[in-house]
Amino acid sequence: MASTPTTLPAPGVSGGGRYRATRRRRSSTWVGWSFILPNFLGFATLTLVPVIASLALSFLDWDSYSTPRWVGLANFERMIHNDTFWTALRNTAYYAVGHVPLTLAAALGFAVLLNQKLRGVQFFRTALFFPYITSLVAVAVVWNMLLSPDLGPVNQFLRGLGIDHPPGWTTSTTWAMPAVIVASVWRDLGYYMILYLAGLQTIPAELYEAAQVDGASGWQRFWHITVPSLRPTTFFVLIMLTISSFKVFDLIQVMTEGGPGRSTLVLSQVIFREGITQGRFGYSSAVSMVLFVIVLTITVVQFRWQRRSER
Amino acid sequence: MTLTAAPPTRTTPPPADPPVRGRRQLFSVRRVFAYVLLTVLSVAVLVPFAWMVSSSLKLDAEVFSVPIRWIPAEFHWDNFTRIWERIPLLTYLRNSVFLSLTITALQVLTGSFAAYGFAKVRFPGRDALFLAYIATIAVPWQAYMVPQYIIMQKAGLVNTHLSLILLQAFSAFGVFLMRQYYLTIPDELSEAARLDGLSEYGIWARIVLPLSKPALASLALLTFVNTWNDYMGPFIYLTDNKLWTIQLGLRSFVGLYDAEYAMIMTGSVLSVLPILVIFLLGQKYFVQGIATSGMK
Repeated sequence: MASTPTTLPAPGVSGGGRYRATRRRRSSTWVGWSFILPNFLGFATLTLVPVIASLALSFLDWDSYSTPRWVGLANFERMIHNDTFWTALRNTAYYAVGHVPLTLAAALGFAVLLNQKLRGVQFFRTALFFPYITSLVAVAVVWNMLLSPDLGPVNQFLRGLGIDHPPGWTTSTTWAMPAVIVASVWRDLGYYMILYLAGLQTIPAELYEAAQVDGASGWQRFWHITVPSLRPTTFFVLIMLTISSFKVFDLIQVMTEGGPGRSTLVLSQVIFREGITQGRFGYSSAVSMVLFVIVLTITVVQFRWQRRSER
Repeated sequence: MTLTAAPPTRTTPPPADPPVRGRRQLFSVRRVFAYVLLTVLSVAVLVPFAWMVSSSLKLDAEVFSVPIRWIPAEFHWDNFTRIWERIPLLTYLRNSVFLSLTITALQVLTGSFAAYGFAKVRFPGRDALFLAYIATIAVPWQAYMVPQYIIMQKAGLVNTHLSLILLQAFSAFGVFLMRQYYLTIPDELSEAARLDGLSEYGIWARIVLPLSKPALASLALLTFVNTWNDYMGPFIYLTDNKLWTIQLGLRSFVGLYDAEYAMIMTGSVLSVLPILVIFLLGQKYFVQGIATSGMK
């Protein structure tokens, strides 16, 4: 491979003229499509078309039995007068507000700790990453038992600390969401920790050495070198975390099923219940659009914010 | 990026011996501190697993004993044999293995093939097409799961394994991950192979694919683990008990026998075990895959 002489004329440029160039282009179009096609067929029918269809569906009145009927914004009108929708929206925001900063802080903290030249760092990294690859069902099941109100280990521990009436966690309307957030932070921190570790490895060691020579303390180095250098990573982590928070489903579905009452009901569950359980395709697609617009807005706002802070 | 910690005072010579020794001492104190902190935090993170494993070897009545017994009074290994009789665990595991392997194989195959088209072949419309792939990564799955479901329903594929295979085999993420990696392979290599008379398919199969083993391993591992752990997909599409995956089986076991704490934990351990083994074998590729997907 490497022995190919570079003195050979580049193909298609010399000696062929325009005819050969167009033929080459046409054949490379064919070749290009042939590579993409097997994946594209599946992707188009099962992702691209549904994405577009979702928008159209939100303007239709359609359940699994009737014929579709155009109703304009009626689904959206129904939605804004429906307090289950508002509860789910509030709960989703609540989950995000808890999950995003806590996971980010935990991931960054662990990454900084693990970025030091310590023996056995590999072991800690494996241990901290492991929750991320365990199934959400197992995570939910184990945490539900850990948080069991009467004899669960967590509340035993809290009583040991002198808290006489520890929270009822997933059985309490006030504490169910914090319980879900704790379990989700525990599970997700390993993933974002890896992203931060990758980011930390790109910071040149000379920066720290120079700062150390200048007598900058550990905190100063962290705030003035680590944090600014990690800005692109933080930006990416923030977007990923926020998007994943708004999509939360599995963990809540298995831990609380949206309860008790509607205290942990989130948007994805409304979409699932209305669309797939009840067969109200139009209405659930309207809720989908809200979820999509929220995610899109957050992404765009964060992109803007990133661009401004780079200037 | 402004560096506030690099003022012109650097012209003064670095401090001589004594402060250096002081710094070294401080450094080792910091090391000890870091170790203690890491150990405490890692133990805290691993406690749920420890509790899961210890509970899986107890009697139901012992699981919630006060105070907590970390080491069972008596090890009930028979939990691990009895559970196979209580639920069709073998069927669930077989279904999970089948789905995970099929989906992983298809994703790696079609994903790497498409990624070659996007990374190494120039043709009109390519970049617009790629943008469509990227754009859908940003759309939450929940926002289009209903139309997907309708398509599957119309095609008569609800309650079949094929529906899940089709849904997950053609991921935009897989194409994106592989393309990112292919972009790091110098074009000169494929250029040279072209001059040697190799077709584009030959270049993909004989040059690019062997060179991208780490990326293929990353994608394969991430896909396998995601499919194995997936709950929502099977939950929506599979109603027939015989088709269920281990995740659905475990969930239903919890619902049916919610007082059999020890057995529930045994099931959880068994659902996590295969992933633990795979993870320990391919840890490096996991980390690489995640780090790659995190780079823009």
